[in-house]
Amino acid sequence: MDGNLRDIKISSEQIKGLMRKKFEIPKIETKNLNFYYGRNHVLKNINLICPANKVTAIIGPSGCGKSTFIRLLNRMNDLIPATRLEGQVMIDGEDIYSREIDVVDLRRRVGMVFQKPNPFPKSIFDNVAYGLRINGHKNKAEIAERVEKSLKEAALWDEVKDRLKDNALSLSGGQQQRLCIARALAVEPEIILFDEPCSAIDPIATAKIEELIVRLKENYTVVIVTHNMQQAARVSDYTAFLWLGQLIEFDRTEKIFTNPANKLTEDYITGRFG
Amino acid sequence: MNPARRKTRLTPAKKKALVQALGFLILRACLYFVFAVLLLFIYDIIRKGSGVLSWEFLTQPPRRGMTEGGIFPAIVGTFAVTMITALTSIPLGIFAAIYLNEYAGQDRLTRLIRLAIRNLAGVPSIVYGLFGVVLFVNVLNFGTSILSAGLTLGLLTLPWTITASEEALKNVPGSFREGALALGATKWQAIRTNVLPYALPGMLTGAVLGLARAAGETAPIMFTGVAFYLPYLPRSLKDQFMALSYHLYIMATQHHAILQVRPLAYGTALVLLILVLGMNLVAIIIRYRLRRRRQIHGW
Repeated sequence: MDGNLRDIKISSEQIKGLMRKKFEIPKIETKNLNFYYGRNHVLKNINLICPANKVTAIIGPSGCGKSTFIRLLNRMNDLIPATRLEGQVMIDGEDIYSREIDVVDLRRRVGMVFQKPNPFPKSIFDNVAYGLRINGHKNKAEIAERVEKSLKEAALWDEVKDRLKDNALSLSGGQQQRLCIARALAVEPEIILFDEPCSAIDPIATAKIEELIVRLKENYTVVIVTHNMQQAARVSDYTAFLWLGQLIEFDRTEKIFTNPANKLTEDYITGRFG
Repeated sequence: MNPARRKTRLTPAKKKALVQALGFLILRACLYFVFAVLLLFIYDIIRKGSGVLSWEFLTQPPRRGMTEGGIFPAIVGTFAVTMITALTSIPLGIFAAIYLNEYAGQDRLTRLIRLAIRNLAGVPSIVYGLFGVVLFVNVLNFGTSILSAGLTLGLLTLPWTITASEEALKNVPGSFREGALALGATKWQAIRTNVLPYALPGMLTGAVLGLARAAGETAPIMFTGVAFYLPYLPRSLKDQFMALSYHLYIMATQHHAILQVRPLAYGTALVLLILVLGMNLVAIIIRYRLRRRRQIHGW
């Protein structure tokens, strides 16, 4: 089966061709990316492009490596011992795993929203201001201004403007996740990574966050991992299908969900496995 | 089947219930027994010790070959030594725990170090005392002094402080660290602003419990600085001192007029007990407040 698969998998030339055809500017590009947990080969030769100011969704069954993949884009996997990476992850043409890259600065440029909302047990204001403060901002008026701007961007301002001093953990799950988005936006990143952002949230709150994600692409490049295919179809412009650590198909979301080129993709999106 | 027989026969369900009731009874009896012994013990000390407890007893030095007067120098000594212990073991223990939990790789060496620390907590205190004589009194030449004794007790409490601090750090959710790092915090920034504040109460609880234990220790200070009797209060950290635990030991076993000073011994025991229980109470309050804060905020 593996032999067959190699033939039918999408090639990096095809992806580049697609980007050229659609006049997309590559923001993130992985080249021959392999990743190992110990001896476990979890990502196999991934060549993928996430275009600028677009939403790219990564879908695939549990354990296919999609969360591992997205965590490579801001080097969160550096924290896990006994891992190994081969190949390159380029952001704006620069390899983020090269020695010259400052990981701390990279993580400011590439924000992340996690699966489970993880507000800090501080006030709503302090949560959003956190990233600014650790990045050396001292001017109180400027911090307050940026906090307000970020909360507005995350469509949370109207709900919390009168209770900024309240503990963030008093918010509902959906509000907490939007707070986490505001927190990520406050440090003015270029890219925002969403790692299954709605899996712990009710449908109404999910709808709000999806709406927000679509709006965010005006100013940011968005990558979202989701196991919810309807969500991928609703929010993303491009979709990548990962299966057992391999990139099977990458195309415009519309194309993937209406006319997938690969039998595996079709089986997955029609719910035959996963 | 006649009714009388039905009454006496045990169905399996009834038998199970009976076994369970019996089991609970035994467990409860054990608890009551332990609790009763503890209460009896405290009651005995209070009954025999409260008679001599007075303002004078707390604020005066011993007089007439320690057959009269108070225990003020011993209180001062215990307090001073415990301060040295706190100043060394709390920062050292917390920093060691931070390194061990946050920075050290989880390899064989780290595991070995952790195992060694756990084992050190079980080393008899007299061994610490002898080690203190060699290291602090002789090699570092601090002499028999508050400093030597405090540092020896610091070593004794260190394993407890490190272990408690590590547990406290482990209780802070990983998402606090990840969330901070993802915003461009350095590792130290993440720990300082987003881990330590939430681990600190737990760390302090462990540290205070360790200190309470150290304050009551006798063996480690016996060779390193405590004095049988001193006509003056210590004036510097290099001076010898009197301590409640050792004073109690003297009054109970070594005094030339043991029967005559028995009430004083009980009084000393009571003061030491109040001191230790008071410290434990502080630890309990810190822990209670932490637990409530956690419940309210749900982590």
